[in-house]
Amino acid sequence: MAEKEGILVIAELSPAGAPDAVTLELLGLGARLAASSGKQLQAAAVGIDTASAAATLIASGAAAVFTVEGSAYAAYDPDLHVTALEKVVEEAGPSAVLVGNTTVGQDLVPRLAFALKAGLTTDAVSLEMKGGALASTKPVYGGNAMAVFVSRGKPALASVRPGAGDPAKPDASRTGETVKVDVEAPSPRLSFGGKVLEEGGDVRLEEARVIVSGGRGLGGAEGFEQLRELARLLGGAVGASRPPVDAGWWPSTQQVGITGKIVSPEVYVAVAISGSSQHLSGISDSRVIVAINKDPEAYIFKVSDYGVVGEWQQVLPGLSSRIREILGV
Amino acid sequence: MAELNILVCVKQVPDPEGPPSAFEVDSAARKVTPKGIPPVLSPFDENALEAAIRVKEAAGGSITMLSVGNNLSKAVMLKALASGADRLVTVEDPSCDQEGLDAFATASLLAAAVRKAGPFDLILTGRQAADTNAGQVGLGLAQLLSIPAVSVAGKVEVNGGTARVETVLPDGYEVVEASLPLLVTVSHEVGDLRYPSLMAIKKAKTLPMETFKPADLGMEPGSLVINEITELTAPNRERRCRLVEGESPEDAGAKLAALLKEDKII
Ligand SMILES: Cc1cc2nc3c(=O)[nH]c(=O)nc-3n(C[C@H](O)[C@H](O)[C@H](O)COP(=O)(O)OP(=O)(O)OC[C@H]3O[C@@H](n4cnc5c(N)ncnc54)[C@H](O)[C@@H]3O)c2cc1C
Ligand SMILES: Cc1cc2nc3c(=O)[nH]c(=O)nc-3n(C[C@H](O)[C@H](O)[C@H](O)COP(=O)(O)OP(=O)(O)OC[C@H]3O[C@@H](n4cnc5c(N)ncnc54)[C@H](O)[C@@H]3O)c2cc1C
Repeated sequence: MAEKEGILVIAELSPAGAPDAVTLELLGLGARLAASSGKQLQAAAVGIDTASAAATLIASGAAAVFTVEGSAYAAYDPDLHVTALEKVVEEAGPSAVLVGNTTVGQDLVPRLAFALKAGLTTDAVSLEMKGGALASTKPVYGGNAMAVFVSRGKPALASVRPGAGDPAKPDASRTGETVKVDVEAPSPRLSFGGKVLEEGGDVRLEEARVIVSGGRGLGGAEGFEQLRELARLLGGAVGASRPPVDAGWWPSTQQVGITGKIVSPEVYVAVAISGSSQHLSGISDSRVIVAINKDPEAYIFKVSDYGVVGEWQQVLPGLSSRIREILGV
Repeated sequence: MAELNILVCVKQVPDPEGPPSAFEVDSAARKVTPKGIPPVLSPFDENALEAAIRVKEAAGGSITMLSVGNNLSKAVMLKALASGADRLVTVEDPSCDQEGLDAFATASLLAAAVRKAGPFDLILTGRQAADTNAGQVGLGLAQLLSIPAVSVAGKVEVNGGTARVETVLPDGYEVVEASLPLLVTVSHEVGDLRYPSLMAIKKAKTLPMETFKPADLGMEPGSLVINEITELTAPNRERRCRLVEGESPEDAGAKLAALLKEDKII
């Protein structure tokens, strides 16, 4: 047990063993929480070889890094990772545990919380320490309300939405201790057949500076070709609300919203999208939102900065050709 | 192998596709009151039921639906049963109201009901409930029952004592196999729940139904709660929209481009 109670960040490692971008964000957030509550920032890393990850985690602010190593941890297996992290939490005795709300995080953290019989708030968008306890804010009712959750007892767990905090800046002069935790890995119960990747858009939605998205009102796959043209002009990516994905007009990897990608581009252009709360939950961090919709009453206009009321078939050509003129292409 | 016993856990929620104005946030009471929108099965739970029906069609077996709540709508449950389930088990009590439970208490009640009404070979839940989008109860239930679990399935198949699940990834999918008993959380990629026939809706009323009180399961929901809501507020997501007009829709599009340039957005 560490001498000070900790804020424990569970690192997600890339296949090469480096902490990913979300982990650095969690360390940034965790450092702020630790400072405001007089706690220690800690990290956990599980993998084949965690030495370089531990060094990065320490450089990024962790005062103590708990590691579990072994060939069994080459790829993510929930049963093995939960057993390992349960042991880490037992040793570290943190008051709060932070995990990224990523594909792996979403699978891992409910299992870990229940194994620890600890309270968990998923998809938190902001965190605070209140009276020594973690308070996590998250959207409920598809984003129609924001709820703050506090756990009885310790530790409190939260999975944090990517982009919720500024990443920690590594500083190689920082020091910290590495604590090796010995765990006997249980035998696997699931057998994984390997990932099959599907083709997405040209630019990854999460990294796009501009996103042009289409909704049910596009009426078919052809409409997306026009969106692609506009996105190409602006150096952006093409997303979609859920109906076009369900109808097979656009790949499911490009769905934006609470069950798709949560995005935060500089400019989000919503074409023939009504503005359901589930869609809005995925775009509310966009700097500027532009809506094109034929229905002047569509809710999307209430949450947009710029709008044109009209049929996209007519509005888009005017928009694209003027942009081409402006950009001189 | 004996007949496959399939369980589908379903949660009743206010229709999540209701307009934003229908969700009235009462910060003082820390309550959201849905106005004028009907209760429905959480959509991913409908997908879970559809996945169960497909497994039953291919491999045989029987489907039990299980729900924990207060004032569960008979019409909602019967319609779902009629789609292809064989039996309904509910845990109903004022103490099982949404606001009185958290994921841990809910999963604990479900686990107790499973022990009473089971055993089950395959347990399906939604990937997340449409009101909280928490995504905890399914995986938590598996943990409490000490059975393996696979999350966010786009396809579920059972062959003998083994399940084959395709999980949905942000950029593709993965095939995961496991021996039964197994819990799987289901995503909408599985497909929409089929509509029941009128005949089936009539017949659903005669299907076996049992209701337990938490006390019948030796549980006291309030004492199980770990995670509590301390504040509830309405988010402010409205922005001031500048509507761009033109002589024609094309012209409005062109003017929009000019304005975005002027404001240094593009
Ligand atoms: C649990 C759950 C999770 C969900 N997750 C997501 C999610 O992640 N992402 C998501 O997007 N949705 C999600 N949904 C679905 C969501 O509730 C809405 O159904 C969906 O977002 C609506 O998509 P839309 O705006 O494209 O379609 P609609 O609501 O049908 O809107 C179409 C719009 O197009 C306009 N239009 C039609 N023709 C034209 C034209 N010629 N020119 C201009 N405008 C036109 C119409 O005026 C209308 O406003 C989820 C739902 C549930 C229950
Ligand atoms: C307004 C509001 C107030 C709340 N107040 C509190 C509070 O004070 N304290 C607190 O800790 N939590 C509170 N919650 C959270 C919520 O009540 C619980 O977390 C919830 O009951 C457990 O389900 P979930 O939505 O987290 O399910 P998820 O984990 O998202 O559900 C996943 C799946 O589990 C199954 N499932 C979930 N619930 C049931 C059920 N009842 N019956 C059968 N199957 C089910 C379904 O298959 C579902 O698809 C509140 C939520 C809201 C919206």
